[in-house]
Amino acid sequence: MAGKTLYDKIWDAHVVHTDAASGESLLYIDLHLIHEVTTPQAFDGLKTAGRKVRRTDLTLAVADHNTPTENQAAGLAGVKDPEARNQLETLTRNVAEYGIEYFPMGDIRNGIVHVVGPEQGRTQPGMTIVCGDSHTSTHGAFGALAHGIGTSEVEHVLATQTLRARKMQNMAVEVTGKLRDDVTAKDLALHIIAQTGTAGGTGYVIEYRGEAIEALSMEARMTLCNLAIEGGARAGLIAPDEKTLEYMKGRPASPKAGAWEVAESYWKTLYSDDDAGWDTVIRIDGPSIEPTITWGTSPEQAIPLSGKTPVPEEIVDPVKRAAAERALDYMGLEAGVPIAGTPVQRVFIGSCTNSRIEDLRAAAEIAKGNHVAEGVRAMVVPGSGLVRAQAEAEGLDIVLMEAGFEWREPGCSMCLGMNPDILSPGERCASTSNRNFEGRQGRGGRTHLMSPALAARAAINGVIG
Amino acid sequence: MKAFQTLTGTAAPLMEKGKLMSNVDTDMIIPKQFLKTTTRTGLSKGLFHELKTKADGSENPDFVLNKPQYAKASILIAGENFGCGSSREHAPWALLDQGITCVIAPSFADIFHNNCYKNGILPVRLPVDVCAQLAAQAGGANHVFTIDLETQTVTTPDGVVHSFEVDAGRKSNLMAGLDEIGASLTSASEIDAFESRRRHMTPWLERAG
Repeated sequence: MAGKTLYDKIWDAHVVHTDAASGESLLYIDLHLIHEVTTPQAFDGLKTAGRKVRRTDLTLAVADHNTPTENQAAGLAGVKDPEARNQLETLTRNVAEYGIEYFPMGDIRNGIVHVVGPEQGRTQPGMTIVCGDSHTSTHGAFGALAHGIGTSEVEHVLATQTLRARKMQNMAVEVTGKLRDDVTAKDLALHIIAQTGTAGGTGYVIEYRGEAIEALSMEARMTLCNLAIEGGARAGLIAPDEKTLEYMKGRPASPKAGAWEVAESYWKTLYSDDDAGWDTVIRIDGPSIEPTITWGTSPEQAIPLSGKTPVPEEIVDPVKRAAAERALDYMGLEAGVPIAGTPVQRVFIGSCTNSRIEDLRAAAEIAKGNHVAEGVRAMVVPGSGLVRAQAEAEGLDIVLMEAGFEWREPGCSMCLGMNPDILSPGERCASTSNRNFEGRQGRGGRTHLMSPALAARAAINGVIG
Repeated sequence: MKAFQTLTGTAAPLMEKGKLMSNVDTDMIIPKQFLKTTTRTGLSKGLFHELKTKADGSENPDFVLNKPQYAKASILIAGENFGCGSSREHAPWALLDQGITCVIAPSFADIFHNNCYKNGILPVRLPVDVCAQLAAQAGGANHVFTIDLETQTVTTPDGVVHSFEVDAGRKSNLMAGLDEIGASLTSASEIDAFESRRRHMTPWLERAG
């Protein structure tokens, strides 16, 4: 019998029941993260049906999508947008009514849900983790099966602590060799998506493996797994190792001495067997990857920083050609020109993809002793209150502010522009976030995805490059 | 959830430069400013907001759902990887609020596909060339199609029948309009049993208090 993949092992350990006729399983959920945008209708549904939250202790709420990134000390009364305020108040009411642990805006533990889970030690290897947010794949960096769900599923998990799910296929993405020193997990992720396409992972759980993956820090692994969804995969996974254990030690919700040893012996079984059966294997040559950014309106429309925008007439696939024409038009770019040198007006460093301390250090290193170019507005939004405090303890806030960057309070912010941080039509933004879709950061806004170092450089130079 | 069995209605093709639009993402289906609601209804105002309105807020007469013959469309035909992006269930809620209960495309993004089934919307997968043919027909004078979930067929205005595949379990749930939570709760004793095993197998996951 063939061995098991890491995904197979986690799946098998969480199946409560499988319906023979439909092939659908009830999968037990170890951690349910919730936020203000995708839960109000779920709580409404529970109330209407008179149902309870089955495991409040396995549920954690944060406010992040709508929260303003300035003057959070004013509390919800200070949230100017009445609809956003209503949503935040609704979450506050719901968690109080059901007795769910909540890190509200202003709490130092508050921040982007996918930054908070790992930071608090709530995210652990071998777990199943869901959240009404597609970037839940982030937690896969710890060897946890983690993915986004819709609001109906949020309601299902609240009521049953299980999810109706079907087993996905196994894909291995193996990155061989060492990455160049100037290549980050963000470059790697964009490079992979450019190869596989935004739908390449559909129907799969991806396990990232190989020398280049093992060399990544935990925060870099989170960046990589965060973008698994942009490649269409249900989830991304990386097997836990010594780095994982090192990261987890001493975090508030990590197992304490005694329990830790028991947990560790289990975590060490969490890897894909040598004879595991993979449905698809993709090999990527690590050393050949260059710093990579997006030129278009889909994460797969990514090229090396040294590259040129595509020439639609040269694209054989008619669907991709039409998409490239539309994207060039929307982005206001010429065909076949170098992407470096393109002027930007805005810079956003933040989001669940790139707002952790290592990201802020990378940005500050570029910013130190330089100044944001004239006509550019650059914003740094730490992923959580604790990341912000750490950065301030290291003096990164001073470096960034002296260089002309705005230093904000935590939240999802301009990644999706639900709060007041948005682009104006035609504005071009160098962004460390995860989606460059049309209108994502504001109607008519033009987003180029890139690493924190490249975004900081764009801020200083006023142009991509 | 409302059941889906058969549907006869107008099909609207979502085109871009003469091709079915691919990678229609959830920000395109319903942009962020409409996600601040706490209800599931009334979202059609945000459906395809940036496609259906011009930058000045006025209506874009070229957008398919703004054309009088497609205003009451109940079927949408689109290109590959429809619904990619976020997990927002506001996307199917907005389609539903518009009266669209079937989307035909060569492929769908995973979470959106799931969310459709939770809301009585049938996502139909057909090959790229078939979708292109259907779109060409939908663009013609007669654009009334019939979808039959029982027989798993799409019938075009001129009577051509295309078969599609659908997961048997999803099909029966959708045809019955199943209350999934209610159905899952019938497994409550198995969930109890799992939790008691879990307390022994992975005790560190039990949170005190």
